[in-house]
Amino acid sequence: MASSRTKKKPYGPMILMGGISAVIYAALLMNQEAVNDYMARGGIYAFIPIVIAFLVSFVHGSFTGNFWTVLGIEASKKKTEVK
Amino acid sequence: MHDIVNAATNFIQLDAINMTYLFLVGFVGGLVSGFIGSGGAFVLTPGMMSLGVPGLVAVASNMCHKFPKALVGSLKRAKYGQVDVKMGIVLGISAEAGVLYGAHIQESIKKAFGDAGSNLYVSVAFVVILAVVGGFVLKDAWKTYKSGTTNDEEKVTRLAKWVQSVNIPGTMVYFKCLNARISILFTIPLGFATGMLAATIAVGGFIGVPAMIYVLGAPSLMASATELVIAFVMGLGGSFKYAMHGLVDIRLAMIILGGSLFGIQLGAMGTTYVKPFVIKVVMGVIMVIVLFSRGLMVPVYLAQLGLIGKLGETTVKALKSTSFAIMIFALAMGAFIVLRSMWQGRRAEREAIAKGVLEHGKV
Repeated sequence: MASSRTKKKPYGPMILMGGISAVIYAALLMNQEAVNDYMARGGIYAFIPIVIAFLVSFVHGSFTGNFWTVLGIEASKKKTEVK
Repeated sequence: MHDIVNAATNFIQLDAINMTYLFLVGFVGGLVSGFIGSGGAFVLTPGMMSLGVPGLVAVASNMCHKFPKALVGSLKRAKYGQVDVKMGIVLGISAEAGVLYGAHIQESIKKAFGDAGSNLYVSVAFVVILAVVGGFVLKDAWKTYKSGTTNDEEKVTRLAKWVQSVNIPGTMVYFKCLNARISILFTIPLGFATGMLAATIAVGGFIGVPAMIYVLGAPSLMASATELVIAFVMGLGGSFKYAMHGLVDIRLAMIILGGSLFGIQLGAMGTTYVKPFVIKVVMGVIMVIVLFSRGLMVPVYLAQLGLIGKLGETTVKALKSTSFAIMIFALAMGAFIVLRSMWQGRRAEREAIAKGVLEHGKV
C-alpha cells in the first residue's frame, strides 16, 4: 500500500529531457541568422521546420509531462469515464 | 510569390520581452487547447502581428506550433481513453481540403476588395459563426447546469440520432466515439467546414467540436480530444505548405510551442477532473467573448471600404486596442475556468480519498 502511495517521481527523465530541450532551444536562438536563412529558402528545405517541430514536441513534450508529475500535478486517479 | 519571398526574409528581431510574451501566450493557449481541443490561435496570430511579424508569417508560424502541440495533447488524452483516432483522421483529411478552399476564397476576396475587404470577411465570419454556434453551446451548457443533470450521461441530440440512423450502403464507418456506424457523407462536409473556418479565423475547433457533439453525437470529452487529432492533421499539411514558400519563422513557432507544451499537459489533465459540461462552458464563453472583440472591428473595415463614414484616427486606435484586449481577456477567462475547475476537482478527489481512509481505517 505504502509503495503505491509514494510513487517514485521521474526526476531523472525530467532532467535529461529538460537538458536536451535547453540545448535545442539554445542552438536555435544562438544561430538565428543561419536558421532564418534556411527557413526562408522554402522548397525541399520545408522539411527542416517540420523535423524540428517533431523533435521539440518529443523532447520538450516529455520534459513538460514529467515536470508536472514532479510537481505532484497528475490526472485524476479515478478512471476517466467517457460516456 | 515575390511578395511572399519579401515577407519571408522579414523575420523579426527577437528580444527577451518578445520571447517572454510569446511563451506566456503560448502557455495559456496550450492550456485552453488541451482542454477544449482548440483555441489560442485567435490571440497568437494577431499577437505576433503586433510585434511586427508579417501576416502570412504569423499564420504560418502559428500553424507550425499547432501541429506538434496537438500531437502531444492528443497522445496525452489518448492515455485517458478520450481520443477517436479514426474520426480525427477522417475529419482531418476533409478539413485539409477545407483549408485549401478557405485559403483560395481568402485570396480571391483580397484580390477583389483589398486588405480591408479580406479583414471584413474574416470579422463577419467570426461574428456570425461565433454568435450562432457559441450561443448554442453556451445555452446548452447553461441548460444542463440549471437542470441539475451535470452528472448524468450526456444526451445525444435528435439530429445526431437521425444522422446515426441513416444507412447509405458503401459509406458506413464505425466510430468509437459514437459507438455507432455513420455515413462518411456526413463527416466530409463537417470536416470541410472545420478546415474552412481554420483557414478563415484560425480556430477550426469552434466548428469541429460542436459538430462532433451536436451533429454526430460524440461526448464532449471525446469530441474535444479528437479535435486535437484534426488539428494535427490540418496543421501538419498547412505547415508544410507554408514552409515550402519559406514563410515559417521556426524561432517564433518553437518559443510559442515551448510555453504551450507546458499548458497543453495541464489542460489535458484538467479534463480528467471535470464534468463534461465544463468543456462546453469554456468553449461557449470564449466564443461569445471573442465575438464581441471581432464585432468591434467591423466598423473599422466598413469605413476603410467606404461603406460608412470615415472614422477618426483615435477612434480606430481605440477600437483596435479594445478588440485585442477583449481577445486576451477571452483566452484568460477560458484559462481561469480550466484552472479553477481542475483545482476544485483535485480538492474534491483528495477529500474523497481522505474520507475513504477514515471510514475504512486504511493508511
